[in-house]
Amino acid sequence: MKLLAVCGMGIGTSVLLKMNAEKVLRTLDIEATVDATDLATAQARRDAQIILTTPDLVDKLQGLPAEIIAIEHFFDLEEITQKLERSLG
Amino acid sequence: MRFAALADALAEGAIEVGARASDRTEAIRIAGDLLVSTGRATPHYTDEMVRAVDEHGPYIVIAPGIALAHGRPSAEVLDTGLSLAVLADPVVFGHSTNDPVRLVFGLAAFDHNAHLGLMRELALALSDVSVVNSLLNASQIEEVRAAL
Repeated sequence: MKLLAVCGMGIGTSVLLKMNAEKVLRTLDIEATVDATDLATAQARRDAQIILTTPDLVDKLQGLPAEIIAIEHFFDLEEITQKLERSLG
Repeated sequence: MRFAALADALAEGAIEVGARASDRTEAIRIAGDLLVSTGRATPHYTDEMVRAVDEHGPYIVIAPGIALAHGRPSAEVLDTGLSLAVLADPVVFGHSTNDPVRLVFGLAAFDHNAHLGLMRELALALSDVSVVNSLLNASQIEEVRAAL
């Protein structure tokens, strides 16, 4: 499974999000890769099942063949866990 | 110091405690100026950090009270580094859930991989409630250093 962690520039916020998402996925025992990318790259990609991003960027990612999950608190592993679990059923 | 890469990235002079900003642009500029004065980035990089938020919204507010201002890797980055402005009074960035902001980190990164060790430590540090509380309550630079 492929996930994207997306922020405006692809080097700061998205990298933090990727790290914590990977931590959660390991705990949930889900095999997946998470790429950190900037917004423009994410908009051009079609290979991810799930896109993790911040509430501000959700609108700019609509229309992609991926489920968009907005994470509010990047260091709240519980929030990331709950939202990923809900999405992965 | 528990976080060696963080300590290394936060150069002498890269931390300001009790910084005064009246809006988010001023707050980001303080973090940017600290990157400039410590030789990590050019003043243009600060402009980019401000523009990123004007363009994409306050997504850099990654947790309650915490913003991570950054531009993209470019010639404006002189060295990978971090700065931290602890604001005297919280500033509203316009984020839906994480306002107001008290801690503004500035990040300069050369490329997409050079700073991963630093980011890992930053993620660890900011996941630790006691570290975040120490940073929020710091009234002196030494207290910030001690928390990390």
